[in-house]
Amino acid sequence: MTYPANLKYTKTHEYARVEGNKAYVGITNYAQDQLGDIVFVELPEVGRELKAGEIFATVESVKAVSDCYAPVSGKVIEVNEKIADSPELLNKDPHGEGWICAIEMSDPSELENLMDNVAYEKHASEGGH
Amino acid sequence: MEKELKKTPLYETHLKYGGRIIDFEGWALPVQFSSIKEEHHACRNAAALWDVSDMGEIMVEGDGALDLLQMLLVNDISKGYPGRVIYTPMCYPTGGVVDDMMVVCLKDQRYLLVVNAGNIEKDYEWISNLAKYFYRVSVKNLSADIAEVALQGPNSERILQKLVKYPLNEIKYYHGVEDVEVAGIKCLITRTGYTGEDGFEIYCKAEEGPHLFEAIMEAGENDGLVPAGLGCRDTLRFEASMPLYGQELDAEHTPLEAGLGRFVAFNKGVYFVGSRALMEEREKGLRAKLVGLEMVEKGVPRTGYKVFDESGEKELGYVTTGSYAPTLDKYLAMAFVPVEFSQIGTKLRVDIRGKKILAEVVKMPFYRREGKKK
Repeated sequence: MTYPANLKYTKTHEYARVEGNKAYVGITNYAQDQLGDIVFVELPEVGRELKAGEIFATVESVKAVSDCYAPVSGKVIEVNEKIADSPELLNKDPHGEGWICAIEMSDPSELENLMDNVAYEKHASEGGH
Repeated sequence: MEKELKKTPLYETHLKYGGRIIDFEGWALPVQFSSIKEEHHACRNAAALWDVSDMGEIMVEGDGALDLLQMLLVNDISKGYPGRVIYTPMCYPTGGVVDDMMVVCLKDQRYLLVVNAGNIEKDYEWISNLAKYFYRVSVKNLSADIAEVALQGPNSERILQKLVKYPLNEIKYYHGVEDVEVAGIKCLITRTGYTGEDGFEIYCKAEEGPHLFEAIMEAGENDGLVPAGLGCRDTLRFEASMPLYGQELDAEHTPLEAGLGRFVAFNKGVYFVGSRALMEEREKGLRAKLVGLEMVEKGVPRTGYKVFDESGEKELGYVTTGSYAPTLDKYLAMAFVPVEFSQIGTKLRVDIRGKKILAEVVKMPFYRREGKKK
């Protein structure tokens, strides 16, 4: 499995793709593979203020329910409406079309707490705990 | 310390085909090979093959076997004849369910009881205890000696026929044949299953299980056959609204409450364990009823989630099984609720992580294959 170098990763298998002061967040390829077929995503409300580490979405596969933790703090300014009808996008393209929401970062320095792709790949290959 | 999981004779075969192994009732079994949805669709549209060797097999035989089973089981086993398969719950005197099983009636007064993996010891003990009061009957737990595979889906007959001389189209639904060679292996074949599709369940000696599995996989190569895991075994049986012990069936609920009244043979002419309690319930009315629910608002109902009335004020019951249904592309559930809330069209709510999501009572089975008689 490969993890793009332009993303930042959490230990709990979320990623952030930074564009200016916005971070597009979702679950990693490792997370979608572990969950299996994703059938439902509970999206956050636009406008909600999140703290890093707070649950911002819940992803459900056929067999499992998994909470997603915000990689950074800030306000939800956009959600990916496409995944409401096509949750399988999280399986097919987790780092691209399967993003969950965009957060306007309140403290971009939090990005320094996240892993780069090399560190994350090691973390995931060691079982991801 | 992690407990040691039991392995079926096909454990190495699962690894070879890339199965993702999990702990199921203490058994190391694959939850999936490719994906639950893919395997689910393969079974509905082509064919899928499972290792179900975790299931238990208890042989009851002898002159007294039928008398014992008539008392032990709620269905009428006297209707059986060699080659007939009968589905039946087995009840406590309270009417609660010990287990549900298939009884494969064989020649020479032998009856093979196929029981749930998690209940083998309990069933064997329960049956043996009652058997003490019967003359000329033996009860043997053959579970460890037998491997079982399930070949299910519309292409099943075509695939299996490549390996078998016996004309499979002569085996009717809920019938079977003994001592048939499949790829040179002596097997018992029944036309039964747990998916809502046509198909077969095939039993052989434990050590021959891997060879049987691989021979069938090869025979099905051009017919869309895939190896399948526990994940879709559950979604398929759920869509077909077949009960799973521990969820729809348990010691707290009767077969009548679980919608299995047609398998309770009140008129079979002999007393059976549970008959008094069940008759009483039939007269007085059910304490709860298993209903089908379809989510009106979006959400995934899951086992154990609470069910409320439409106002969301009154707790009524709980979800026994809930899931996304891949063939129907709906979010569905089975749930126990009071009878007065069981009418088709009744609006109810399922508590999904604190939000009470609207659902509606719908008919079961959720899925019925085309061409199957009602």
